[in-house]
Amino acid sequence: MERLVVVGNGMAGTACVEQILKHKARFEITIFGDETQVNYNRILLSSVLAGEKSEDEIVLNGLDWYRQNNIRLRLGVRITDIDPVAKTVTGDDGMVTPFDKLLLAAGSSPLIPPIEGCKKPGVYVFRNLDDTRALIDRSRVGAKAVVIGGGLLGLEAARGLQVRGCEVTLVHLMDTLMERQLDSRGGSYLKAKIESLGVRVLLSHATAAITGETHAQGVRFQDGSEVPADFVVIAAGIRPNTELGRKAGLTVKRGIVVNDFLETSHPDIFAVGECVEHNGICYGLVAPLLEQGKVLAATITGNKGPRYEGTAPAAKLKIMGVEVFSAGDFAETPGNDVIRYEDPALGIYKKLTLRDNRLVGAILVGETADSHRYMDWLQSKLDLARHRRALLFPEPAPDAGFDLAQVSDTKVICGCHGVSKGEIVRAIRDRGLTTLSQLKERTRASTGCGTCTELCQSLLRAVAPQFVDEEKHALCKCVPLSESQLREIVRGQRLRSVQAVLDVYGNGIGCEICKPALSYMLDMVWCGEHQEDRSARFINDRVHANIQKDGTFSVVPRIRGGVTSPEELRRIADVAEKYSVRMVKITGSQRIDLLGVRKSDLPKIWADLGMPSGQAYAKGVRMVKTCVGTDFCRFGVQDSIAAGVELERRFENLFTPHKLKMGTVGCPRNCAEATVKDIGLVGQEGSWQVVVGGAAGKKVRKADLLVTVESTEEALQAAALFFQYYRENANYLERTYDFVERLGIERVRRETVYAPIAVQQGLRARLRKSKALARDAWLEGDMPVNPTQFVQIEPMGSLT
Amino acid sequence: MTTSGHTWLKVTPADSIPPREGRCVEIAGHQVAIFNTTDGLIAVENRCPHRGGPLADGILNGTAVVCPLHAWKFDLRSGACINHPEASAALVRYPTRVEDGIVSIELLQATGSEEAVTLTCEHRDRPIRWVHRKSSSSTCSGDPVAETSSLNSNPPRADTSQGNGYVPQEL
Repeated sequence: MERLVVVGNGMAGTACVEQILKHKARFEITIFGDETQVNYNRILLSSVLAGEKSEDEIVLNGLDWYRQNNIRLRLGVRITDIDPVAKTVTGDDGMVTPFDKLLLAAGSSPLIPPIEGCKKPGVYVFRNLDDTRALIDRSRVGAKAVVIGGGLLGLEAARGLQVRGCEVTLVHLMDTLMERQLDSRGGSYLKAKIESLGVRVLLSHATAAITGETHAQGVRFQDGSEVPADFVVIAAGIRPNTELGRKAGLTVKRGIVVNDFLETSHPDIFAVGECVEHNGICYGLVAPLLEQGKVLAATITGNKGPRYEGTAPAAKLKIMGVEVFSAGDFAETPGNDVIRYEDPALGIYKKLTLRDNRLVGAILVGETADSHRYMDWLQSKLDLARHRRALLFPEPAPDAGFDLAQVSDTKVICGCHGVSKGEIVRAIRDRGLTTLSQLKERTRASTGCGTCTELCQSLLRAVAPQFVDEEKHALCKCVPLSESQLREIVRGQRLRSVQAVLDVYGNGIGCEICKPALSYMLDMVWCGEHQEDRSARFINDRVHANIQKDGTFSVVPRIRGGVTSPEELRRIADVAEKYSVRMVKITGSQRIDLLGVRKSDLPKIWADLGMPSGQAYAKGVRMVKTCVGTDFCRFGVQDSIAAGVELERRFENLFTPHKLKMGTVGCPRNCAEATVKDIGLVGQEGSWQVVVGGAAGKKVRKADLLVTVESTEEALQAAALFFQYYRENANYLERTYDFVERLGIERVRRETVYAPIAVQQGLRARLRKSKALARDAWLEGDMPVNPTQFVQIEPMGSLT
Repeated sequence: MTTSGHTWLKVTPADSIPPREGRCVEIAGHQVAIFNTTDGLIAVENRCPHRGGPLADGILNGTAVVCPLHAWKFDLRSGACINHPEASAALVRYPTRVEDGIVSIELLQATGSEEAVTLTCEHRDRPIRWVHRKSSSSTCSGDPVAETSSLNSNPPRADTSQGNGYVPQEL
């Protein structure tokens, strides 16, 4: 069996080995990697730096993969020498390994420009996982960081550090950010966007030295000016690792020179990835490396034939809140038609260059939804005469299945791994795949840069009979993440205000859908220890009353369990008269509603009532409806009034994903309709049934039995577990009846009343913490959050 | 007092309108909503053309406000409705400025035997005239430009319940 030695355990080398394995060639494979990690997705290091992904999540080939394929893996060993005659490689551990065929996939190293003092402690590079760990370790809130280099890598490093709370200055030698991918106009849009996110940008600044005696304390430029820094990151580009090629006597220019079959000047030595130079070009992006890997796999396994003919350069900036795409030739040379669209307010810049009606280049800043289409046009060299009128506008709403049906089976969906539509569809059909993760595992599609995730999901949706959408729909366009992702982000990134979430993970503006949802989420995640932002709340939650069709408000005081007193009723009657309340009504929830109140009267009415808010306006705990129970009813077997009043007391003033209505009844006759409430306690002889997920609104649904318990206290505890579980796991505006149906009552039981004690204690502790910080909203009548919260502003000047 | 030309009415300290919120103020019998937007302070009529909802109470997204009643959405910079393109009605916008921390709204005061106050409608550049009368009766001042405004289905809406001497006039 022939011995194949691979130098480099990065994306290019490993991807090539994956392809070699497909050829069923009989090689004894040894892979050397100088990092101590298994093969991971280097493109996603910026996501690790930004805290969006964990180290585990970016692993591409775990140890199992090497084992299953009988690959000998040597990590932490750097190959220092090659003997092209004896055909051996020597590691820095002194070990000599013979080969029949050698594959060089040595990658590249950070390019360090000649800057004085760049070896000082406190100067970092950003290239591999260890660099990323060091940066994460070094960054802290308020630390001053200078990133040198305004290309893809520098921008990713800057944003990652800024998300971690550092004060970041990005220094770039040229007058345009990402000048290799963007024209100057596009660069200025990118600059504005990056600056709006809080990164300071210095263009046309040549760094002369890293200042500081013992460690980096700042950066001095050639013009003599300085910027202080606690640490410095150099991200000025990469340099192909070619030393081994030189030692082996291969032809080396900027990179190790290879032909269209990825052969070097030595018949048994091949090279792939960032260390090679093909046709005068060294590639530093993922798609070309994987294309090369496919060709090389054919060559090396004796199936020489496919040629690598170069890759159209395409790059996508992958950082939160900034969308940039660039491909092809965007120079405005004579003979090129340039089509441009700009919206400075939205920060959108699009430019296409066409030659002879064919797309040759594209730049998208701020809005890259169309990048797939342009990439396709670029590669297929499609005649765009038919599309000329709609070049710059998004494709018609993607009814995914339909649109994709038009696409030919050979079209590549995942550019990173070169997986075609046909392969994906076959995998889904033949293997019965139903989820994206299964599809990823089976075909590797969408495991690279992730831009084809939507397309893969669309294919699943169209082809798989029972497609399971793992990630729930994104909250909205402003924050394109699912609510469960957002909860993790809020927690993990310790974000405590709506605006902070929108600035970092959204469009900075938000809408009437995401802002109230995020407000709820922050309150829930931090159990009340968040920065409340009233501008993100619906008017009801700003003035703690329910807006009516004429702009007046309705006032519903808290009357726990629906039990009131003559004295209270007298006060309510007095208030109704004093403020000329237009209607006094008993509500369906056994409460009293005062309708037609002006906003400016609200604080006075609350003061006169001397009762707490009934929260009848909020996505929160509304009320507990009760029957008279054992006190008076001749059939009652449980004290539903005491239970109901206590239930209301324990949960009142808390917010929930949607309104939450409860009921307690003293016997199965169910006079207070507890079985159609979000949470109901149904009394029986000697026990309580706790039921959840009932509804009697637009939808009527009988509640599911959560648990049957003996004592009232146990019933209240069970209700509390469900209550907090719903608060933490439901999507915003998801009523309990949808929530319980979505999860299934079995799962709800398993994760609440039958959960391990520690889980239950966690739920209870978080509920206690929230409750301890919850206040009667009407106290704001005396202490408004801002002076004009309730008042009608009167003009200062006079008209006459 | 009878003066002529544009004047600025001091309304309120700018900081009484929190960022990303709106507040209502009554001027010349007219409900005006002032918003603290990402584009600075913007004043429009406080009345949704759909069902009259109080826009000042809406959620403000950048420079767009969402009516709290039925979620009609308006771009405050143009006054145009965003999510109901079939609706031709646009919001009247009033010029504002901030000086020494005080928000002012521009008024156009007409000359004549009667005291008239006109709030300028910015996005069309056509003044809508409001007649100031000490008595509760009102008189038409016959401004041909204002008539064009109503043709644009953008008339000022008379609200006689707000009687404090200023009666909005539909011309």
